[in-house]
Amino acid sequence: MAKAYTPGLKVTARTTYRVRRLLPVPGDVRVKVGDSVSAETVVAETFLEGDVFPIKVAGMLSVNPAELMPLMLKRAGDTVQVGDALARSKGIFGMMKTEAKSTATGTLESVSESTGMVIIRGAKTPVQVRAYVAGKIIEVIANEGVVVETDALFVQGIFGVGGETWGPLMIAGKSHAEDLLEEHINASMKGAIVVGGARMTAGGIRRAREVGVAALICGGIDDADLRDVLGYDLGVAVTGSEKIGITLLVTEGFGDIAMAKRTFQLLLAHAGKMASVNGATQIRAGVMRPEIAVPLGQASSGEIFTGGATAGILNIGTPVRIIRDPHFGLLGSVSALPEQPAVLGSGSKARVLEVALESGQRVIVPRANVELVGD
Amino acid sequence: MRIVATDCGSTTTKAILIEEKDGVFRQTFRGEAPTTVEEPFADVTLGVANSVTELQELSGYKLIADDGTIIRRKNASDPDGCDLYISTSSAGGGLQMMVAGVVREMTAESAKRAALGAGAIVMDTIASNDRRKPHEQIQRIRELRPDMVLVSGGTDGGDTKKVIEIAELIAPARPRPRFGGEYKLPLIFAGNKEARETIERVFSGEGFALSVVDNLRPTLERENLGPARERIHDVFLEHVMAHAPGYDKLMTWANAPIMPTPGAVGDILQTIAKGRGINVVGVDIGGATTDMFSVFGGVFNRTVSANLGMSYSISNVCAEAGMDSVLRWVHLDMDERELRNRVKNKMIRPTTIPQTLEALVFEQAVSREALRLAYIQHKSFATTLKGVQQQRTVGDAFSQKEAGGSLVDNMSLDLMVASGGVLSHAPRMEQTALMMIDAFEPEGFTEIAKDSIFMMPHLGVLASVNPRAAMEVFEKDCLVVLGWCVAPRGEVRAGRPAFDFTLRRANEVVAQGQLIGGEMRLVRFGHGEVGTLEVRPERGLDMGSGPGKPVTREVRGGAVGIVLDGRGRPLKLPTSAVERRACVEQWLKALEVYE
Repeated sequence: MAKAYTPGLKVTARTTYRVRRLLPVPGDVRVKVGDSVSAETVVAETFLEGDVFPIKVAGMLSVNPAELMPLMLKRAGDTVQVGDALARSKGIFGMMKTEAKSTATGTLESVSESTGMVIIRGAKTPVQVRAYVAGKIIEVIANEGVVVETDALFVQGIFGVGGETWGPLMIAGKSHAEDLLEEHINASMKGAIVVGGARMTAGGIRRAREVGVAALICGGIDDADLRDVLGYDLGVAVTGSEKIGITLLVTEGFGDIAMAKRTFQLLLAHAGKMASVNGATQIRAGVMRPEIAVPLGQASSGEIFTGGATAGILNIGTPVRIIRDPHFGLLGSVSALPEQPAVLGSGSKARVLEVALESGQRVIVPRANVELVGD
Repeated sequence: MRIVATDCGSTTTKAILIEEKDGVFRQTFRGEAPTTVEEPFADVTLGVANSVTELQELSGYKLIADDGTIIRRKNASDPDGCDLYISTSSAGGGLQMMVAGVVREMTAESAKRAALGAGAIVMDTIASNDRRKPHEQIQRIRELRPDMVLVSGGTDGGDTKKVIEIAELIAPARPRPRFGGEYKLPLIFAGNKEARETIERVFSGEGFALSVVDNLRPTLERENLGPARERIHDVFLEHVMAHAPGYDKLMTWANAPIMPTPGAVGDILQTIAKGRGINVVGVDIGGATTDMFSVFGGVFNRTVSANLGMSYSISNVCAEAGMDSVLRWVHLDMDERELRNRVKNKMIRPTTIPQTLEALVFEQAVSREALRLAYIQHKSFATTLKGVQQQRTVGDAFSQKEAGGSLVDNMSLDLMVASGGVLSHAPRMEQTALMMIDAFEPEGFTEIAKDSIFMMPHLGVLASVNPRAAMEVFEKDCLVVLGWCVAPRGEVRAGRPAFDFTLRRANEVVAQGQLIGGEMRLVRFGHGEVGTLEVRPERGLDMGSGPGKPVTREVRGGAVGIVLDGRGRPLKLPTSAVERRACVEQWLKALEVYE
């Protein structure tokens, strides 16, 4: 039977959500403070320096690098096309001259008299940053980007793959504990953020990709199915740049795990609204979790959330979920916090706590193996 | 004399107090607190002060002033404060470098050795013959965000063209530093001195802070890594640390330069190897990476296996080794699909700990594979210099040794030192010993120890200002001797004798018997006990004096004792699942691993 499980991540019905949208290198900001933006609005743009193509011209002409300069037909700053002659040898008595032709298109940047290498710089690449979430611009960071703010339903997941996307929120299953199957996905879900219940099955994922679903959100995923989607076994949880045509986000973890009932009900209540999803996950120092934001309008909630990990203090009565076997996924509240470390079944000594489970049973678990439940 | 030392890790800052009592230095108290490099604190000294406050509470000495700084004693009779404060740091991901050289197996490898030895993580190594096209190399350089770059290439007086070519690839790529866009990317040139002038011209544009040091490979036959390593340390302090939150303040507190944590561990192991005249292998297995250190014949090497670790990288260990390789060490029934999901759940929730015996057995199986893979990488890197022409005598013609051969020789290995969560926090010392033996396969007589509370970084820095204090604390408080592994090199035959043994303590026979091929046995020999162990291997098996020849060595006792390992080397587990499981059960039972 599937178990409900929620990590100590942010799941809130309404929060003031702020997101920084920054260019990778300085450029132009296209909006101003107070502007209303949709997820698709371009808020800043710039050009990335072009690729660099080194060409060993002296070698192509069989001359000493120090003798190359007088043979150059193009100079630094000149535009060159593939096939253009960059330099020409003197030949023998003016005959049998050899030409060194460019293998790249761009601008000639430099000619080295030490190595005879010519550097061609390719055309600049345009880069655009979009708002990602519908809201208002509350800050412009000169030449870098903006801060967008909106009141939103906000859910942090535990793990995701694939980058940013947005679309209407659609619910595929009937309950938080129902696996997402192939038959739950239909053609009307193209471009949508689709919410399932428990585990996203291989069939459900395959159908969603065929239909063109923008993002799939479920409680769990099987390791083998993730491997099939990615085409490799994920070694470390640093994701977001996968080119798989869909963003996958799980709210609870790997295996047969139902989505937390509250999370499912919050998403269900906003079906039809536009949602923004980012699957990027980074579990290292400076942890980043995947997220779902559903803008609700401009009424302020008073609380401001800007991302990152959340944490709280354990007290008697604090609602928790156990996140490791043998009680993996069970819900309860802290019923005792013994000061002294205890010996675990593994033989290790660790600080523990007692959890009163929803079933009424009381179990002892290491403090490291629980997560907080709630906002 | 009272010394406070801290190690600022990515998540935890660990403080220790060392005191000189009756003329001997001992580590007396320890404290720890969360590291405070990241927001909302963004000041490393807060975590340092918190960890030292724990020392203060435990020791009763006032060590932290009201303004949060560490109190210094004016004289030895002063009841408050300390005489010396030192620190290491790996916060914020440690020191990340890109290195470059002309030939991958020669100058580029020497550059990598210099960077690793200084405590860096090497993000990539660029070389003329690294099988990438120049534009692919440039693309890679552009993607990296290193803390600094080390460029080598060419022997002094040799060809300059190739090393300048490498420089001309790096300069237009304009790699950006990891932290902030305002400061120039430090670049150290340690190549052919004839190329210096041109190199200075190539990197004269904006964006680089160039410094030039002696060639790290002045001739093919000689490496000269010292000047490059020292410059890396200087640049680490001047540029990298100076841009990390709070480090400017921390540097003014410390009596010695702040060192990258792995660099300090390497220093203390070198000090020990030199002091005792032995060959040492040290390992620190963490959540994301495994650091390996070795000193063989006085030559130090360090490698970092970037994605071999027990939490963040546990999934990568299983992927690289294969689940079959992991499960061969397991004697309990486990469902593979469930295990695979558990591995992924550990990856995304790296701070959980095994509660059940089954979970512990599985994690320790994974650790064997992580350590084994890290050791393979280390052995292939810790080699004699490649590209060296050797003068050979007639006798050498029969020797298998050649340039570029591994320096790591398990038969001449004297001491293995274990550290890192899964090894240090194993509930039983026998578990630590067996994980080390299974992963590293020591041959002959090898002592096994563990770093009690990961004190080696602190002692590495201490060795630079007070070597005696560092040595005394290392021997008395840092190392916990587990015992010895005694094992023959060569293939044993199952069920046939492998070697006879006799353990004596002051001429009294303590234990005696015969090891059968494939068998393991434990002889308890406690702390402080000293004896002689005589072994007589069967024909074809070598225990240090040649095949079939007896060996007698002095052995010291430890928390585990003497592990007699009759499994032969290289270690082969039966291919049949039933036989393999029976073997593993026998080994675990013999060593009382989970009892």
